[in-house]
Amino acid sequence: MKVLVPIKRVVDYNVKIRVKADHSGVETANVKYSANPFDEIAVEEAVRLKEAGIVSEIVVVSIGAAAAQDVLRNALALGADRAILVQTDHEIQPLAVAKLLKLLCLQESPQLVILGKQAIDDDSNQTGQALAALLDWPQGTFASKLVIKDGRAEVTREIDGGLEIISLALPAVVTTDLRLNEPRYLSLPNIMKAKKKPLEIRPVASFDINVEPRLITVRVEEPMQRQAGIKVADVATLLNKLKHEAKVI
Amino acid sequence: MTSLVIADHDNATLGSATARALTAALALGSDVYVLVAGFNAKPAAEAAAKLEGVKKVLFADDASLDHQRAEPVAALVIALAKDYDAILAPATSSGKNILPRVAALLDVMQLSDITKVVSPDTFERPIYAGNAIETVQSLDAKKVITVRGAAFTAAQEGTASAPIETIAPVAGVFGSTFVGETLSKSERPELTSARIVVSGGRALGSAEKFNEVLLPLADKLHAAVGASRAAVDAGYAPNDFQVGQTGKIVAPELYIAIGLSGAIQHLAGMKDSKVIVAINKDEEAPIIQIADYALVGDLFKIIPELEKALG
Repeated sequence: MKVLVPIKRVVDYNVKIRVKADHSGVETANVKYSANPFDEIAVEEAVRLKEAGIVSEIVVVSIGAAAAQDVLRNALALGADRAILVQTDHEIQPLAVAKLLKLLCLQESPQLVILGKQAIDDDSNQTGQALAALLDWPQGTFASKLVIKDGRAEVTREIDGGLEIISLALPAVVTTDLRLNEPRYLSLPNIMKAKKKPLEIRPVASFDINVEPRLITVRVEEPMQRQAGIKVADVATLLNKLKHEAKVI
Repeated sequence: MTSLVIADHDNATLGSATARALTAALALGSDVYVLVAGFNAKPAAEAAAKLEGVKKVLFADDASLDHQRAEPVAALVIALAKDYDAILAPATSSGKNILPRVAALLDVMQLSDITKVVSPDTFERPIYAGNAIETVQSLDAKKVITVRGAAFTAAQEGTASAPIETIAPVAGVFGSTFVGETLSKSERPELTSARIVVSGGRALGSAEKFNEVLLPLADKLHAAVGASRAAVDAGYAPNDFQVGQTGKIVAPELYIAIGLSGAIQHLAGMKDSKVIVAINKDEEAPIIQIADYALVGDLFKIIPELEKALG
């Protein structure tokens, strides 16, 4: 079966971001970018399913600037078969991403779409659920285990009180949680081979849908900074401070 | 103007997350209805009816709604949606699962994890693991919103009970079935609503040490227990203990961080705590930089001492 894996190019998770002086957004010039960590987990899961003989083809998709070709090439080097970049220089919000992915799903007919549970830039946690809704497919969000058997996907989900297992009729949408797997590293020979794999670039205008933002960013600010604290010498001082200064115990 | 809050519950009890989402809904300035969708969920519906500010409880009780799978609950909400200007849910694992599905079916862009209601169409929400706060204005006619519990106080029980109206579920084939669950059993307060949280990191070294060192201290303080991702990945604590960008977001009065460095992703889940205490042997650890009180030293010596001093 065919799997579609959407990948977002985001500011690297280790970067300490800075808010722009004019409060219009965060500073993104000269900042390191990489694939969203949850999406790397999604690619890894697809590759493992292929290695297990369950998946025959992995198509990776990214929606965004030309630079997103990098994260697609990396996914190809990790084992994806081909890539599609839906190119745009404008901000595309999760609802529009879901609509574009829906059209791609109708064209590609995957049996499974694996997405990250959230992107670490906008922290929305919406796209997978929205895609499942638009396709009228079942969803398995926050997956920490995925088993494909008997034409269904059995998904172990991380929920607030523990774990839950659900079974989904295929085709289905699954979103990854951190504990689904540990993504592998790129190897140099595979990076070289990936350069020969197909990467199709399609302008967002070739999809006949409205991708205008529905949410307007009014202002972006630094969070409130905490007052500098103090170092205490011992347990007695700490307890004294907590009881009489902070009054929390 | 009416808003609908989708309750987070386990049929028998209503989580405090719902009471917090209710506070956000009331801030929109409209009447608030609460939807309790579940199976044998009468107690949860009655608890919702008691909350101050609730105008009416809509109660859908059916086997198809047990475990609140996204597909049937979203279908039910869509069937009700035309009567509401705003649909809200707490940003719990259940709310985050269901609500974006509702939003997409309504052709609306969801506002995720809001921390402040500025006006009925403008909200604040954290982005980049809480390192920036974005004020966003929604252009959609209907607002679909998940609410960060830690940012809102919980609505309290009022003197009167709101009426409970029983509604029918939506019939259909939903493509998903519940197979089973493993829930962590705990006598301690729930992590996201606890007044005090004691949290452990990788420096605890093992699951045995984690339990041996942290749990007695937590019990003395009537605190909930949290963990860093490193501690969870290493198997010291179950995943639902994880505090951070991808785990739970907490803002207790007192957060005691023990043997955890304070990575950006962890800070995202706890830096709005009122008082932060860090106990760490590394003076350079990021957690020391944001702690109100830092005690530098060996946690295996400090924690038993602290526990003893608490009496």
